[in-house]
Amino acid sequence: MMDVKLVVDLNRCQGYAQCVFLAPHVFTLHGEESLLYDAGPDDGERERVSQAAAACPVQAITTDIRPQSHEQ
Amino acid sequence: MSSDMRVVIVGASLAGLRAADELRRLGFDGPLTIVGDEPYEPYDRPPLSKAVLLGIMPPEHATLPARTDLDAKWRLGVPATALDLEDNRVVLGDGDSVPFDKVLLTTGVRARPWPKPEESDLDGVFTVRTLDDSRRLDERLSAGPGHVLVIGAGFTGSEIASVCRERGLSVTVTERGPAPLVGALGGVVAAVAADMQRDHGVDLRCGITVARLEGDGQGRLRRAHLSDGTALDVDVAVVAQGSIRNTEWLAGSGLAAGPRGVACDAGCRAFDLNGLVTDNVFVAGDIARQPHPLYDYQLIALEHWGNAIGQAEVAAHNMIHEGLHRRPHLDIPAFWSSQFEVNIKSVGIPTYSDQVVVSQGSVEERRFVAAYGFRGRLTAAVAFNHGRWLDFYRGLIESAAAFPPDFAVMDRTDPWEVRSSELPDPAILSHGPTVSVTGHLPTERHVEFVSAPK
Ligand SMILES: Cc1cc2nc3c(=O)[nH]c(=O)nc-3n(C[C@H](O)[C@H](O)[C@H](O)COP(=O)(O)OP(=O)(O)OC[C@H]3O[C@@H](n4cnc5c(N)ncnc54)[C@H](O)[C@@H]3O)c2cc1C
Ligand code: SF4
Repeated sequence: MMDVKLVVDLNRCQGYAQCVFLAPHVFTLHGEESLLYDAGPDDGERERVSQAAAACPVQAITTDIRPQSHEQ
Repeated sequence: MSSDMRVVIVGASLAGLRAADELRRLGFDGPLTIVGDEPYEPYDRPPLSKAVLLGIMPPEHATLPARTDLDAKWRLGVPATALDLEDNRVVLGDGDSVPFDKVLLTTGVRARPWPKPEESDLDGVFTVRTLDDSRRLDERLSAGPGHVLVIGAGFTGSEIASVCRERGLSVTVTERGPAPLVGALGGVVAAVAADMQRDHGVDLRCGITVARLEGDGQGRLRRAHLSDGTALDVDVAVVAQGSIRNTEWLAGSGLAAGPRGVACDAGCRAFDLNGLVTDNVFVAGDIARQPHPLYDYQLIALEHWGNAIGQAEVAAHNMIHEGLHRRPHLDIPAFWSSQFEVNIKSVGIPTYSDQVVVSQGSVEERRFVAAYGFRGRLTAAVAFNHGRWLDFYRGLIESAAAFPPDFAVMDRTDPWEVRSSELPDPAILSHGPTVSVTGHLPTERHVEFVSAPK
C-alpha cells in the first residue's frame, strides 16, 4: 500500500488538537497552538488519519484518502 | 462536463496541483497537462523550514495530496521557456511544445541567491525554497555544525533560526532592518519578535549586513565578514533574503509580466501589456498580482499558502465558466508562521497600515492580538499564540470596521495605546517583502519603474 498523503490548512486550523488526540503519531502541538505534522505517514496510520480528518471541527485536513476507501 | 478544451498548467506545485484538482472536482474531463521544472510531484513548502528541519517529517513526505483522480499528463523536470500567444502553445526546454485552449501560470518564486556567485557556491551556503534545499540543509544541520549564520530575518530566516536553537545549535541572525519580521509586521510587533529571538539564545544583530563570505581555500565556507567590521567563524550560512518571481520565461509573450509578478484581474485572468484582460491565460499563486477592493484596488502579490489555494480554485472555476458565471477572488489575505514555539497568524495586510494597537492579551506573555489600521479603518490583525481570535477580526476587516477598533472583548488590553505601525521602507530590509502592495507604502503616491533582477 501507498503511504497516506495529507496537508493541513493552518490558516483554518484552530489548534483544537482533535487530530493530535486521534492520530498522535502524525499530529503534534508545538508550544500552545502551533500544529506540526508528518504529511506522509505510513499506511498503518490510514484509518487514524481518516478519523482525524473527519473529526477536525474546521475541516482543515485534506487527505488523498477517497471516501470509498473508508472502512466504515 | 464533456470537453475537448485543452488545459495546460505551468508550475507543478501548490497552486498548480490545487487548480488541477479543482478542475476535475468541478467536472472538467478534457485533456490536462501539467508542466513543472522540478523532477518531483507537487509538494508542500511550509514544512521545509519547520517540521522537516525539526525532524518531525522526512522531506520526501511533503508530497501534496489530491482529492480527485487527476488523470493529467505530467511533464516534470522540464521548464517552460516561452508562452506563445499567437499559436497558443507553451514552449518547453526540451524543444517540445504543448498546445492549449486555456493556460494557467503558477510558476511561483525562487529563493534570491547570495549575489556573489563565487561566495554562494561555497560549500555550506544554503537557501531554502525547494525539497532539495531542505534535504541538504537538514543533512548539514544533523552533522552538528559549529556555528550557523542566518542572513535576513523575514519569516523563513526567523523560522530557521528557531529550528537551529531547538536543535541546540548556536546561531547568529543578521538583519539590515531594525528588527526581525519588521517588513511584514511593522516595528511595534517586530520588537516582540526580536525579544523572542534573544530570549531563545539567538545572537540577533539588526542594522547589520553581511559584507562578504569567506572560504577556506578548499571551497568550504569558513567565515562571514559583517558591515560593522567584525567577523564570525561560521560553517553554515542560510541566505534568507526573499525571493525572485519566476516570470522571465514570459518575456516576449505580450503579458503584463515582470519582476513584481503577472498582473491579473480579480478573476485571475492575466492582463496583456496594454492592460487588456486576456480570456485564455490565467494566473495563480506567488506570481499573481491581483487588485483587491479592500486595499484600494492596488495590485497585490502575496507569498502566502492560502492565497495560492484560493486563487487556484477561482482560476480553475473561471477557466471552465463564462461571463456572469465567473467568480472573483476576494479572500482576505491570511498566513501563519511557527517559530520559537509561538504560532503567528495574520489576517488582512499589516503593511497596509499607519497605526497599530495591541488590542487583546499580553505582549509579555507572547499571547496577544495586534490590530492594524489605515486612515481610520481596520486593515489587518496579527496574533501571537492567540489565533482563535482572528476570525473575529476577519469579519471586522471585511466590513471595513473603524480603527482604532471599538469593541468589548475578553482579554482586552487597557488602556489602548494607538501607535505608529512603524513600517520601514522596503528598500532597507535584508529580506524581500512577502507581500508587495505595488511596491509602496500606502501613504506614498508615486510610481517607479523597476528593472528585472539579474
Ligand atoms: C520554506 C518556506 C516556508 C513557507 N512557510 C509558509 C507559511 O508558514 N505560511 C504561508 O502562508 N506560506 C508559507 N510559504 C509560502 C508558500 O509555500 C507559497 O506561497 C506557495 O508555495 C506558493 O505556491 P505556488 O504554487 O504559487 O508557487 P511555488 O510553490 O513556488 O511553485 C512554483 C513551481 O513552479 C516551478 N517553475 C518555476 N518556473 C517554471 C517554469 N518556467 N516551467 C515550469 N515550472 C516552473 C517551480 O520550480 C515550482 O515548483 C512558505 C514558503 C517556503 C519556501
Ligand atoms: S483537529 Fe483541526 S483544528 Fe484541531 S488541531 Fe487538528 S487540524 Fe487544527
